[in-house]
Amino acid sequence: MQQDAVASHEVKTRSRRGDFLRAFFSNKLAVFGTAVMTVFVLMAVFAPLVAPYDPLQTDLPQKFDGPSLAHPFGQDELGRDILSRVIYGARISLTAGLAAVALATVVGTIVGLTAGYLGRWPDSLLMRLMDVLLAFPSILLAIVIVSILGPSLVNAMLAIGIVFIPQIARVVRSAVISVRERDYIEAERALGAGNVQIIFSGVLPNSMAPLIVQSTLTLATAILDVAALSFLGLGARAPTPEWGAMLTDAFRSGFGVFVEGQHAIIFPGIAIALAVLAVNFIGDGLRDALDPRRRT
Amino acid sequence: MQIIPVLLGVSIVVFFMVRAIPGDPAQIILGQQATQAQVQQLRENMGLDKPIFVQYGLFLKDALRGDLGDSVVTGRPVTTELLVRLPATFELTAFAMLIAVLVGVPVGVIAAVKQYSLLDKTTSVLALTGISMPIFWLAMILVVIFGVNLELLPFPGRLDPTTAITSITGLVLVDSLLTLNFAGFWDGLLHLIMPALALATIPMAVLMRMTRSSMLEVMNEDYVRTARAKGVVPWRVIVKHALRNSMLPTITVIGLQVGLLMGGAIITETIFSWPGIGLYAYNSISARDYASIQGVVLYGALLFVLVNLVVDILYAVLDPRVRY
Repeated sequence: MQQDAVASHEVKTRSRRGDFLRAFFSNKLAVFGTAVMTVFVLMAVFAPLVAPYDPLQTDLPQKFDGPSLAHPFGQDELGRDILSRVIYGARISLTAGLAAVALATVVGTIVGLTAGYLGRWPDSLLMRLMDVLLAFPSILLAIVIVSILGPSLVNAMLAIGIVFIPQIARVVRSAVISVRERDYIEAERALGAGNVQIIFSGVLPNSMAPLIVQSTLTLATAILDVAALSFLGLGARAPTPEWGAMLTDAFRSGFGVFVEGQHAIIFPGIAIALAVLAVNFIGDGLRDALDPRRRT
Repeated sequence: MQIIPVLLGVSIVVFFMVRAIPGDPAQIILGQQATQAQVQQLRENMGLDKPIFVQYGLFLKDALRGDLGDSVVTGRPVTTELLVRLPATFELTAFAMLIAVLVGVPVGVIAAVKQYSLLDKTTSVLALTGISMPIFWLAMILVVIFGVNLELLPFPGRLDPTTAITSITGLVLVDSLLTLNFAGFWDGLLHLIMPALALATIPMAVLMRMTRSSMLEVMNEDYVRTARAKGVVPWRVIVKHALRNSMLPTITVIGLQVGLLMGGAIITETIFSWPGIGLYAYNSISARDYASIQGVVLYGALLFVLVNLVVDILYAVLDPRVRY
């Protein structure tokens, strides 16, 4: 108890932002994740400048040629340069993941805010709706949605975004409920603020921490799910250099890939795993830095 | 009792999934050559000429009797197709879950007990790596390493083409033991290892993380301190006092993993040509066989909801404070 009092006294003398940055950047894994993600983002933005070859340029005689100086990651089942495809793939895979999470975050926040702030029947109705979505194993729900919309990368993004709405909505709702009855909200109401004003100035900013953490961790899963839908033939199609589609195309080219085209499997997979791992490190770091009580 | 509205919601979503697909289902089934009269006849047989609510009622009535229509590809009832493949999927997922629990829980406990040790840090990073890998990539890498380069493990399928076993339950490991076919058992076990490992990795990592964090929480509780103070031997405190109480959130997580396992099974079975429901789902998706996709999704969601209901009941049994 004594220590807590001392700690909270100290906090007052430091800025919250400074605290957060110090906590985040003292976490080695979070720093590693940020560095890796920065490289991926730069790669995605400057793909045409960085990639040594055209990602769609086939070279059939060089099919499955292993890594060399000219082609550091080797060549795939159609002789395309795997390094260039991995670089261009960062654009597609990361954008698809981000778009899905953006959709889930915006819709989920609206649902969670409405349900948590209004309570009563809007809360019951919205949360029962979320329960129905949660009753589906996530990949099955994504399959249903893409079946309805038709298979394409954009529809895969939409489907994955919808799948994640309930998780975001739940996190926001419980955060809203925990701040709804606080004194400063009461004070705003007493000063004559309307519901909308209270939500945007009082409730939402104080619900941000769990929302940011949940969205970041959701991004990791979203990147994986975009790749999985591509594997099922419901996302990016050949010859798009999306990471999941690259693995799928290699797998579908026949058994030979396991013997002579192993590099065509290894490198795109490492790209996915590394990107997802980096996002997970960042998410864990954010959670620990934003919520000192849960620091592990 | 919230389960009934949820299941009704699920059935509505699945029903509209097929209705929302562009085009006339009767026309799609009969093909472009069909005459107008034939299409009209089939529409009446399928009840497509009735109002949408009546159609939903009919769909629900059929679904409750286990009738989900015929697979467009094989012409056989979807329910039959799924039941035939159930044992293969059950054997794979059960084995995977066993690996996940047997490795994930003990490692999580050790990591919590030795918090901040090198072992704790290593396993934490490994667990995070586990949940960051795409399952189809992991499966392919296992094939590359153990199937092709080291030639240690056989694939694809459940058995070597030369191995024959008598089918009783449809579970290779059980059937081969029942008929004392030990060569068959060994072959089946070897075939099972790679797909089960691929499928087990994510649940294993999730269980590890969950067990670790709930153990850490429980270890700070008063009753654990009391147990220590009164001189209970350390391992007994960990197993009897801490682990038992920390298992509650872990059990919930196991229930939720069943949903992930279903998605994982579709991918794993496809890569290893494992003749189960997952491979059937993949082939149905490729062939746009909507009746079959509908069946997989409906039964998948039903199973998922039921498993989580069982988990909720277990929770109440294990924790007397929870009452429904």
